[in-house]
Amino acid sequence: MSDLKGKKIILHDMCLRDGMHAKKEQITVEEMVKVATAMDDAGVPYIQVTHGAGVGGNSLQHGFALASNEEYISAVCEQMKQAVVSVLLLPGLGTMKELKSAFDCGARSVHVATHCTEADTSPQHIAFARELGMDTTGFLMMSHLNDAKGLAEQGKLMESYGAHTVYITDSAGYMLPEDVKERISALRDVLNPETEIGFHGHHNMGMGIANSLAAIEAGATRIDGSVAGLGAGAGNTPLEVFVAVCERMGIETGVDLFKLMDIADDIIFPMMDHIVRVDKDSLTLGFAGVYSTFLLHAKRASERFGVPARDILVELGRKKMIGGQEDMILDTAMTMAKERGLLKAVSR
Amino acid sequence: MKKIRCALIGSGNIGTDLIYKVQRSPVLEPVWMVGIDPESEGLARAREMGLKTTAEGVDGLLPHVLEDNIQIAFDATSAYVHAENSRKLNELGVMMIDLTPAAIGPLCVPPVNLKEHADKVEMNVNMISCAGQATIPIVNAVSRVQGVEYAEIVASLSSKSIGPGTRANLDEFTFTTSNAIEIVGGAKKGKALAIINPAEPPMIMRNTIYCLTEGEPERENIIESVLAMIKEVQKYVPGYKLVNGPDFDGNKVSVFMEVEGLGDYLPKYAGNLDIMTAAGTRTAEMFAEEILAGKIQLKPSVAEAEV
Repeated sequence: MSDLKGKKIILHDMCLRDGMHAKKEQITVEEMVKVATAMDDAGVPYIQVTHGAGVGGNSLQHGFALASNEEYISAVCEQMKQAVVSVLLLPGLGTMKELKSAFDCGARSVHVATHCTEADTSPQHIAFARELGMDTTGFLMMSHLNDAKGLAEQGKLMESYGAHTVYITDSAGYMLPEDVKERISALRDVLNPETEIGFHGHHNMGMGIANSLAAIEAGATRIDGSVAGLGAGAGNTPLEVFVAVCERMGIETGVDLFKLMDIADDIIFPMMDHIVRVDKDSLTLGFAGVYSTFLLHAKRASERFGVPARDILVELGRKKMIGGQEDMILDTAMTMAKERGLLKAVSR
Repeated sequence: MKKIRCALIGSGNIGTDLIYKVQRSPVLEPVWMVGIDPESEGLARAREMGLKTTAEGVDGLLPHVLEDNIQIAFDATSAYVHAENSRKLNELGVMMIDLTPAAIGPLCVPPVNLKEHADKVEMNVNMISCAGQATIPIVNAVSRVQGVEYAEIVASLSSKSIGPGTRANLDEFTFTTSNAIEIVGGAKKGKALAIINPAEPPMIMRNTIYCLTEGEPERENIIESVLAMIKEVQKYVPGYKLVNGPDFDGNKVSVFMEVEGLGDYLPKYAGNLDIMTAAGTRTAEMFAEEILAGKIQLKPSVAEAEV
């Protein structure tokens, strides 16, 4: 690995947004404020909050959180001393109306997320975020499903709509360091020099840290992670581990390592309903290239219809289902249950 | 048999697919196709199929409306130009079928409320969205049995079937569809989600409909109502198919549908295109049948000022 000493990286914590998936959207406003305040104190510069599926996320498809996004955002923003609070917006689910509402509550940064081949569904949202004066990121989800050249084109589109930063997003935790490096390099080649590049990893194959380092080597300056790895699937790149590695390598993050360790052990771990780690189901996500958020939905469908979660996840991967298609988990489980004689079709 | 003569405005996916649907109708005849790009594939195809064409937009059509006796126009352009198109054509007594998310006229889902609109001789009827056409019949099938406090629909569309207009204006699609789930579907609150999936080979349009009923769902009645509604939609969209459900989980009713198209302009996976054009054509046919039977008469009308 080349010498990264002295590189400055902007960290963006996801445990209060991606981590909502791992908590079935059941983090309380008080918990969110407690975690965010501690991270603010530890010097984390960007903190993403709200429902796991972002603004507009409260739905039967994605679950209902304990509070409205506005309540979470307002409560956290009031306590921030230095951190910028950010949100996620998936066009087709969230709308500009909801983004405006998040902005009014104090959010000043947004990840506008599309599937890695559908950047052209984001122009109005990216332009609107810029109009509001927000730090605006174009977020290319499931990036393993597009090649380097294709991602470069998609990223260029997002830049043309006004994105300050373009992310390669490994939603399935599928990529290996070489895959990351190739994709980030291709983006760096085509984007304007002032446009930043980011990487958002999932730890399903245990590659969160290695992939993030590969991204930095290839030119990324923004890295998403989450304290204690609280996130969908086997979680995001565990932020405190990543910061420790950065310190050893001389990469500058401006974040207090020991404080981050304390947040992980003292606050986040006790909050977890299940230990977020690589297990057979989350590993299956990474191995088969399936959207990390599908994990708990597949486990629930498995309990209802008697088809093992791993079988459902593999079938979803085969059918090339992408982020947002959580309804197809139940549908696939029901179809498989019928094939296995576990469920009868409705008829008249 | 005499047919009602039609103009198709917009030469993209929807406009081009409409040529096939309208040409097949026993009561409609496609006469004009209107575009803005002389090189567009849609206009070329329209000429091949025997339609008159103009690349001058609606203004290129206006001088010919009366001499060619155009009585119904389909607008498949965009929400932004629809109001103007509608105003100009309504003034000449042409009835508008609006396939954009503009929704300046009443919202129409044929098996739910088409008859009502035809009886009122509405001069502008809006077809909501492909997702709306595919899901609102099911929401209505539940809400006609018992109260629905919340309905949510998820439309999965293949990337290849979604044109640039829809992509650039996804919020309009979301708003129009959510609103129609309440107004036409009968849910107290509605929410619409759209997913664009690029898988190869392209996936067939899928729709999931969730309804939260007021109180315990009346299972037997809901199943019967949903199956009956599916048969109604199949009359104009033969590929409208129940895949799973109705599934009951507490007071949540889930229905999983698939829409396979006829494969006219785009291949069969693009059921979203078909259900929109088939619903538009079905709507025009209902008006045409009434006109031909002498039951209704279209009159020039001046649209109310837009605000």
